[in-house]
This record gives sequence, structure tokens and C-alpha cells, in this order.
Amino acid sequence: MTDPTSADITPIKRPIRWHIGVFLFPAFVVYSAIMILPLIETLRLSFYNLVDGQSTFVGLANYKVLFGDARWAHDFWNALVNNLIFFVIHMCVQNPIGIALAALLSTPRLRFVAFYRTAMFLPTLLSFVIVGFIWKLILSPIWGVAPWLMSLVGMKWAFAPWLGQSGPALIAVSLISNWQYIGIPMMLIYAALLSIPEEVIEAAECDGITGWAQFWKIKLPLILPAIGIISILTFVGNFNAFDLVYTVQGALAGPDMSTDILGTLLYRTFFGFQLQLGDRSMGATIATVMFVIILAGVSFYLFAIQRRMRRYQF
Amino acid sequence: MSNKARTSPIRTGLIHLALIGYTLIAIFPVFLTIINSFKDRNAIFRSPMQVPRPSTFSLVGYQTVLGQGDFALYFQNSFIVTIVSIFLVLLFGAMAAFALSEYRFKGNTLVGLYMAIGIMIPIRLGTVAILQGMVAAGLVNTLTALILVYTAQGIPLAIFILSEFMRTVSDDLKNAGRIDGLSEYAIFFRLVLPLVRPAMATVAVFTMIPIWNDLWFPLILAPAEATKTVTLGSQIFIGQFVTNWNAVLAALSLAILPILVLYVIFSRQLIRGITSGAVK
Repeated sequence: MTDPTSADITPIKRPIRWHIGVFLFPAFVVYSAIMILPLIETLRLSFYNLVDGQSTFVGLANYKVLFGDARWAHDFWNALVNNLIFFVIHMCVQNPIGIALAALLSTPRLRFVAFYRTAMFLPTLLSFVIVGFIWKLILSPIWGVAPWLMSLVGMKWAFAPWLGQSGPALIAVSLISNWQYIGIPMMLIYAALLSIPEEVIEAAECDGITGWAQFWKIKLPLILPAIGIISILTFVGNFNAFDLVYTVQGALAGPDMSTDILGTLLYRTFFGFQLQLGDRSMGATIATVMFVIILAGVSFYLFAIQRRMRRYQF
Repeated sequence: MSNKARTSPIRTGLIHLALIGYTLIAIFPVFLTIINSFKDRNAIFRSPMQVPRPSTFSLVGYQTVLGQGDFALYFQNSFIVTIVSIFLVLLFGAMAAFALSEYRFKGNTLVGLYMAIGIMIPIRLGTVAILQGMVAAGLVNTLTALILVYTAQGIPLAIFILSEFMRTVSDDLKNAGRIDGLSEYAIFFRLVLPLVRPAMATVAVFTMIPIWNDLWFPLILAPAEATKTVTLGSQIFIGQFVTNWNAVLAALSLAILPILVLYVIFSRQLIRGITSGAVK
């Protein structure tokens, strides 16, 4: 890109290059008008509310309601804690399995790799509606597919209608989401593993480091930047998730809101659902809180993790 | 590679076993849905694991779906929204990527960073104001609203990926074009665009999947019968027919089908795109 030193060298007077503007204009306008301005407008709306039918500046009143009012605070913290659990399960199940699968796939001279890769990536492409309903049917005690499968491994006693129980429902929904998205960490890590040069691996082998030790000591440190990327992608994806919970458990995120996450809370709050009326200001307030959470996560990644991460240049 | 001792048959066998195991987990639910969608009601419940046989084969689910819902219309809506959005994302994204990667101008880095915000911050967070704006513009319940939103959503990543690729297009070629008197527009459309076609295909696939599968914006911006997308349509259809398992399974299979076809066509492109470091 731009070389910082060359900027000082004699600035040449050039005619205005209109074409740069023409090239940038459409993308800039659409992106600003539909994405950035609404985002700013949403942040602004969170400081406004209807007073006597008039939109009025109310300062932090909306936030006081969200955090202070017992009912709102309960819903919000419930959603936030659930969302954190949702995220932790993704980090502990989806990403390690994805990394392990990528490590297996990158075994040299393995056959059928293309087939495995294609098959394992398939769930990632399906829509939440499909994924949600398929798993609802499979886990349904009426159909009996899940108990039957568990009886194959002698675990039938452990089956329960998880989606209907307030404790396990969140875990079940998280695991369904893991099943769907495992393809993303798998592919990104697989790409990172493939880009490790052969000489590094050969050098390790000359030193007698093979198999597991090679993965832990040589490859894992080299793919840490990719692991950082999948972690932040998981974070952003999870804290703005909505669709899967909506399709599996409905907008009320049952049973008893045990699967309610920030995305479903935002939907119910601002759009309304059944008896609840839509509330634009509170919706904007929740969206702003989500924005702050995501921004904090992304900044933490960019400034604290990515900077310190050692990147190896080959 | 020379070291043959590295892979013993037992180890290879175990690796295959693990990979086959996970492949089954990944494919099984889809397989189960599709085989059961071709069976009659009794067979679905009595023996869910069996593939359809002549005695249990039935298309009653598909008849219900095609007779009841307006699935043809939903498909048409989804196709229009997806294709127009991809076209706009590619066109606008490529133009902006060209401006940012080809020319040095004041504010280049700043515009680049501004455009990159959208890669990390989800557009959903602005929904409250987007809905408000669409209401004001009279675009609620139109496909235009969806197309605009998806175009804005796709542009940041498209610019990011395409500008990486455009930097690799040789300067000599572009300068030769300039000497031959081509305008900057002609250089972009006639020289550069054809050369980055593989990258455009990658971007197209990455953009297409979230658009086709999105439920949030169709639900909020275009829930009317005439503008429902397949994803929203099947969600509502399934909600209404929740006890009619034939119909539900058939609707699910129909919704899987286009993605499956697209995946078979584009899977090499998609995987090459990821592994070539487009997202690194």
C-alpha cells in the first residue's frame, strides 16, 4: 500500500481524478446509508424515548430502566448470562473439534480428503430454519430417533427431552449451533495448517518430533493467529445470534426463557411479540449494549491479542 | 515428501475412522430428513431409519407443500433478492476495491478503515433505525429493502477480499492500457475485472450463503405474503403444519435442495477461496 516516505517527495499537481470518486461513490453511499447511519441512529435513539407522544431526549433514562427496573434487568442479565454460556460452549466444543478435524484432514497423503471436507462443511451452508427443525425432530421424544441412536451405544437411559427442560435446553441449542458451524473453524485452521511450509515440518522430523508432539509444539504455535481469528469470529457471531434460537425455541426462547440470548431479547423488545408491544427506544438501548459488547470484544482482540501475537513470516 | 515411515497403516486407519465418524454426524440429519420426506406417515413414525421402499414410498408431503404454500413465489423472491444483491455487491465492491488498491489519494487508508468496520460490526445492530428508514422511504414489504440491506452487508468483505486480489494484477498491463489511450473505466471493466474473476466467484459464494439463509431481515422488513423468501416461507409453513410431518419433512427437503445444488457447483470455488487465504 501507500509508502509513508514517498508522500513527502514533491507533491505533483494533478487534475482532480474524478474517476476515483466515481469508483468509490456507489459502495460508499449504500454502505453509509444502510449500515453506518442506521447504526449511529440506533445509538442516538437509545437516548430518546416517547414523552407524551413526542420523541424526547431522556439522557440515560433508558439505560436506567434496562439495568434498574427489576423486570428488565432480570431479562437482560438472563440473556447476557445465557449468551456467555452459549459463547463458552462454542469455544470449548466447536473450536477444539474444528481444530482437531482440521489437523486430521491435513495429514499428508490422506485419501478422500475432498470428500470429508465437503461433507463436514455441508451443515454450515444450511439455513437455521432447516437446522433448527431437523434437530427438533431428531431430539423429539415422539419420533424417537435420538433415543434409538442412544440405545445403540447403550445410553438410552440418558435420553431426556432436552429442548423442553430449562437446564439442558441452552446446552442442546448451543450444541446444535456447534454442529452447524464447525465447518468454519475447520476450514480456516485447515488453510492455516496447509500454509505451514514443508521445510519446517521436515526440520521437526529431523529432530525427531512427530505425531502429537509435532502438532502441539510446532504446528499449534504457528496457527495461533488463525485460532485468534476464529475466536473473534465466534464471539461476534454468538453475540449477535438470533436465528437458531428463534427457529428451535421460538421468539420467547423457552422453556421459561432459558435459551434467551441478546438477539432474541432484542427482537422481542423492539419488534414486539404476542402480548408484548414493540418498544423502539428500549430496542435501540439493547442494540447499543450489544454494540458495546461486540466493540469491546473486537477491540480487545485487535489491540491486546493480535498485536502480541507473533506472526511468522516464511 | 520423502518420509514414508511417518504414516503407519494403523494410524491412517484411525484417522479415517475419526473422519468418517464425524462425516456421519454431519450428514446424518440431512440424510434422515430427505429419506423420510419420501415415506408415508406410518413409515415415518414406525421406522424412521429405513430408506423408502415401494410399500412405504409416498409423495404426499410434497403434494401438500406444493399445493398449500406459495413455494414457487418464495423461491422466486429468494432468487431475485440473492442474485441482485450479489450483482450489486460485486459491482460496487469491485469498483471501490479498485479505487482503494489502484490509486493513491488523500484519505485512502481512512476510507479503507471506514469500509472495514462493517466486517466486524454486524448490520443487525442497526435494525431499529433501518426499519425506521425503510418505513419512511416506503420500502417496507418490498424486495428492494432486502436487496439494499444485503448489498450494504456484503460490501465490506467484498472490498477487503477483492482489493487483496487487485493488488496482484500487474501494473505493466494497466499502464500499457493507459498508453493505448484506455480510460480508467475501460481499464477497470476491460482489463482488471476479467482478471479477478476467480476472486469474484469466491466473494459471490461467501455473500450468497448468508443472504439466502437469512431470517432476521425478511422477518422484520418484508414479512408480507408477496415478498416472503424461502427461508421465511418455510419457517412459517413449518410453524403452521407442525403436526403434519410429511409436509414438514418435504418442506425441509425442498429448502435444502437449492443450497445442495449450489454447493455441488461451487464447492471447489468456495474451498479454494478459503484455503487460498481469502479470509486470512
